Amino acid sequence: MAQSVLDALKAKFGDAIERTESSHGDETAVVKAAKLVEIATFLRDDPKLAFDAPVFCTAIDLVHWQPVGPVLPGARPAYDGVSPRFEVCYQLRSTTFKRRIRLKIFVTEAKPTVASLTPLWPGFNWQERETFDMYGIRFEGHPDLRRIYLYEEFIGYPLRKDYPKEKRQPLVRRTDLVGDH
Amino acid sequence: MITTKLEDAANWGRKFSLFSYPFVTACCGMEFMSVAAPKYDIARFGAEFPRFSPRQSDLLMIVGTITEKQGPALKRVYDQMTEPKWVLAFGVCASTGGFYQNYHAMPGADQVIPVDVYVPGCPPRPEQVLDALILLQQRIQRGDGHSQLRLKREKIVMKQREAEE
Repeated sequence: MAQSVLDALKAKFGDAIERTESSHGDETAVVKAAKLVEIATFLRDDPKLAFDAPVFCTAIDLVHWQPVGPVLPGARPAYDGVSPRFEVCYQLRSTTFKRRIRLKIFVTEAKPTVASLTPLWPGFNWQERETFDMYGIRFEGHPDLRRIYLYEEFIGYPLRKDYPKEKRQPLVRRTDLVGDH
Repeated sequence: MITTKLEDAANWGRKFSLFSYPFVTACCGMEFMSVAAPKYDIARFGAEFPRFSPRQSDLLMIVGTITEKQGPALKRVYDQMTEPKWVLAFGVCASTGGFYQNYHAMPGADQVIPVDVYVPGCPPRPEQVLDALILLQQRIQRGDGHSQLRLKREKIVMKQREAEE
């Protein structure tokens, strides 16, 4: 559906588009982190593309990710501790041309930093805060990067696969149970 | 002897005029509406009047999942209620955390405040809630709700202190 968008991106940015995927009517472009804002601005402002709606922003933790089935040439290998651990996803939609595209940026565990797209689409403000809250991805240029669901006292990022899945961090507990009954 | 009888009479009045504060956080709220609505009609037991200020209520109904972030708010609501006060945990999430066992859900509201009656179910049937209310009424009449016992203990301690002085 949006193959023409991928072609336009490849024609304009060349090497900055690391890989493209098309599956079940969804087009994905893996882009270099340094070029993200430039590519996103082009997608928004070019009259033939006109991606005006921010749909979602999220991240994927690849720490336990394993390829399933036969490994095809060019497929992503399992996480080895050195390769980028997180995949940040932006989904955009063009309400003019009724099509959508997904941008993916790989970031490492040591420096989980991506340029914020909130200045381009204000709708990404809370989405990026949620991604920061759950995965610890830092969005550079975000106007107000605070936790959105969890409390400031919370330590760690609960949707990272290495967060202990039953670990709680209580804010308050009863005090009347000790020596009172 | 006379104070005991007076307490009994007061408890009889209290159990049939519970002013509830529905602390509704999740899907159990739909079942709470069913209990409150005419078909099951919690008004038959004298608890028909939900107050939307904890300062005017003496029955806290915790209806739904309590998250760790909500803990301080729940404790504050409970502290603001008038004495004596009772707490009903409505559904498994409020009672034990239910099927949540993770970073955000509190394993039962009784981690933060004392709970008098637990109602299991996900969500509970309205009949279960009415049954729990009757159990709570019996408890109020016996005078052994958590806050009633605490008030009694505080009175004893105060008398001991006065005697020592």
